[in-house]
Amino acid sequence: MRIDCDVLIIGGGPAGLCAARSLLGTGLNVLILERDPFLGGQLLKQTHMFFGSKEQYAGTRGFEIGQILTREVQASPNVTVMLETVASGYYPEENFILALEKEKKLYQIYFKKVIVATGASEKSLLFEGNDLPGIYGAGAVQTLMNMYGVMPGQDIIMIGSGNIGLIVSYQLLQAGVKVKAILEAAPTVGGYFVHAAKVRRMGIPIFTQTTVKRALGQNALEAVEIVNLDSKWQYVAGTERKWSCDTLCLAVGLSPMSELLWQFQCEMRYVSELGGYVAKRNAIMQTTHPDVYIAGDVSGVEEASSAMLEGTIAGFAAAKALHKMLDSVDQVIQNSQKFLDEMHRGPIGEKIRNGLAKVEVDVCL
Amino acid sequence: MRIKEHPIIDYQKGKTVTFTFDGVPYEGFDDEPIAVALYANGIKTLSYSLKYHRPRGIFCCIGNCSSCLMKVNGIPNVRTCTQRIEQGMVIETQGKGVKK
Amino acid sequence: MFIKNGYLDIDELGERMPSEERFERGPVAILECIQQIPCNPCQDACSRGAILPFQSINDTPTIDMDKCNGCGNCISACPGLAIFVVWKNYNLESSLIKLPLELLPFPEEGDSVELMNRKGEKVGIGKVIKIQKTKQNPKSRVIWVEVPKKLAMEVRHISRSNNHDK
Ligand SMILES: Cc1cc2nc3c(=O)[nH]c(=O)nc-3n(C[C@H](O)[C@H](O)[C@H](O)COP(=O)(O)OP(=O)(O)OC[C@H]3O[C@@H](n4cnc5c(N)ncnc54)[C@H](O)[C@@H]3O)c2cc1C
Ligand code: SF4
Ligand code: SF4
Repeated sequence: MRIDCDVLIIGGGPAGLCAARSLLGTGLNVLILERDPFLGGQLLKQTHMFFGSKEQYAGTRGFEIGQILTREVQASPNVTVMLETVASGYYPEENFILALEKEKKLYQIYFKKVIVATGASEKSLLFEGNDLPGIYGAGAVQTLMNMYGVMPGQDIIMIGSGNIGLIVSYQLLQAGVKVKAILEAAPTVGGYFVHAAKVRRMGIPIFTQTTVKRALGQNALEAVEIVNLDSKWQYVAGTERKWSCDTLCLAVGLSPMSELLWQFQCEMRYVSELGGYVAKRNAIMQTTHPDVYIAGDVSGVEEASSAMLEGTIAGFAAAKALHKMLDSVDQVIQNSQKFLDEMHRGPIGEKIRNGLAKVEVDVCL
Repeated sequence: MRIKEHPIIDYQKGKTVTFTFDGVPYEGFDDEPIAVALYANGIKTLSYSLKYHRPRGIFCCIGNCSSCLMKVNGIPNVRTCTQRIEQGMVIETQGKGVKK
Repeated sequence: MFIKNGYLDIDELGERMPSEERFERGPVAILECIQQIPCNPCQDACSRGAILPFQSINDTPTIDMDKCNGCGNCISACPGLAIFVVWKNYNLESSLIKLPLELLPFPEEGDSVELMNRKGEKVGIGKVIKIQKTKQNPKSRVIWVEVPKKLAMEVRHISRSNNHDK
């Protein structure tokens, strides 16, 4: 079936929802595709109060931010939401997105502008036995316990002390699951100190320069062999030890889900600071394909606060390009850009700043 | 195992449904994916890999990887971490009994 | 070092450590937030204006200890759970600490609880004096716990003694 819209938004996480919110009241016909049965993306799995700026709802719990944004967008007459619908490919000859609803119904979706806000997917780690049941990405652990109230295991070891590893460890404690330890390959804790301090005082040790070497078990995970790392990230011989556990949670980073952007033939670049391949873009989140905008983790793995700001910018920019100018549109875009710059200013933002320097261009088209 | 009490979340559960896994009946809720319902019943091994017959469970739980493929109502390769469980579903381990 | 261990040593608190003279005057908030991160909800949490406005969202918070009366309202506004109130001279033998808690089971007033330090080590037994709920954050609690005076700058978490193995 054929559907026509003015602005197509792929992904209903914080970035996609904020993009939609910018388009409220423009009279433009907006369509959101979301492959999950609900809107909110990553936000729905977050039980903790969010970081960031209060303008982006910091201090509110993640899932509540998701609910607030969802309500705003759903109440609006010019936005249509299709849930359980995957954008599965772009067909350049005819310029449409092929979407599949509930694994059954196919749609050709024609659009004037598209905002890709597909988020990121989890990375895995290479070690012997890493395919055993009981070894999951941190996102899977969150989905099980925070969305569906199911315990991922009884006795968990976490790999990675970035914010996700620290926060998911804390969420595990809240769900009543024992976290044996957090292992970190680097010499220092990766995430924010305050998150680390939280789990430390609750009794979870963090071992730096330590990683998993092998996973052991017959039909599912029973134990892991862990090992110390030297300053060149090599195994220190003789430091191997076996720890029993029924679950190993990998929180070793995310990479942007940029498949659609490749299909749009956007100019892509590998930027390790941003998590992988990202599209070149200008300050209004427009890629080298003039009709394609990006926002959120797909444009560089960061935070919900920045995803919301980028979504807001991309939404207003698309409205402007379609001559649905609110008088203040340039002002609004500039304000969001200012916030974003401010967030990136500190030492934590340094990595992101370096990454963005490699993909931000002054003008695209 | 299900989480009984949580300091922050009030879990909303759907209707109870019964299904079978490798012939044995189990219960789940109709608003949860197949793999989640199996997990809640302590079942972690969902399939065996084709070539080396290694056990497989979920990995990403959001439909990105293919670690959770199972046979559902006779149809193989169903992505059980996103497909929701329904009353009377027949779920089978995929690749069980395949020789190395 | 906090960045290596995930907990801070008291001297890393620097100016955030109240003077003995300030402790004499009653309860005071200690903001154990010493790393520049993009976070700022605490700056609006104090109605007395004791937490000073940020120049940049990446600033670490600054507190005016003369304005702070130790009410503890800011505790549940902090997503880092990094704010504590210490009333050093609560009585002759003990201090009172107000700390955030989002874990079940919540203790009851009068309960005796295990006291944990920043490393998660059990350092003693204390008594819950009061449980404070806030409107803006109804799911978490601020626990007022009485601790031996020498542990006033040590204790940062509690656990119910009957299930400390959990
Ligand atoms: C444990 C954890 C803790 C975090 N804590 C914080 C925090 O305290 N503060 C903070 O600011 N950030 C935090 N974040 C980060 C934040 O959640 C993400 O940066 C943010 O959700 C990114 O938003 P997004 O919209 O780009 O992507 P997502 O939220 O991932 O949303 C993308 C959406 O797109 C959908 N989608 C993907 N592909 C398709 C397709 N082809 N068709 C249709 N739909 C598709 C997905 O289903 C998803 O719903 C945390 C993240 C994690 C994992
Ligand atoms: S304890 Fe009370 S007075 Fe002191 S900073 Fe916090 S809110 Fe303000
Ligand atoms: S709200 Fe908490 S974590 Fe955030 S800056 Fe203030 S004290 Fe630090």
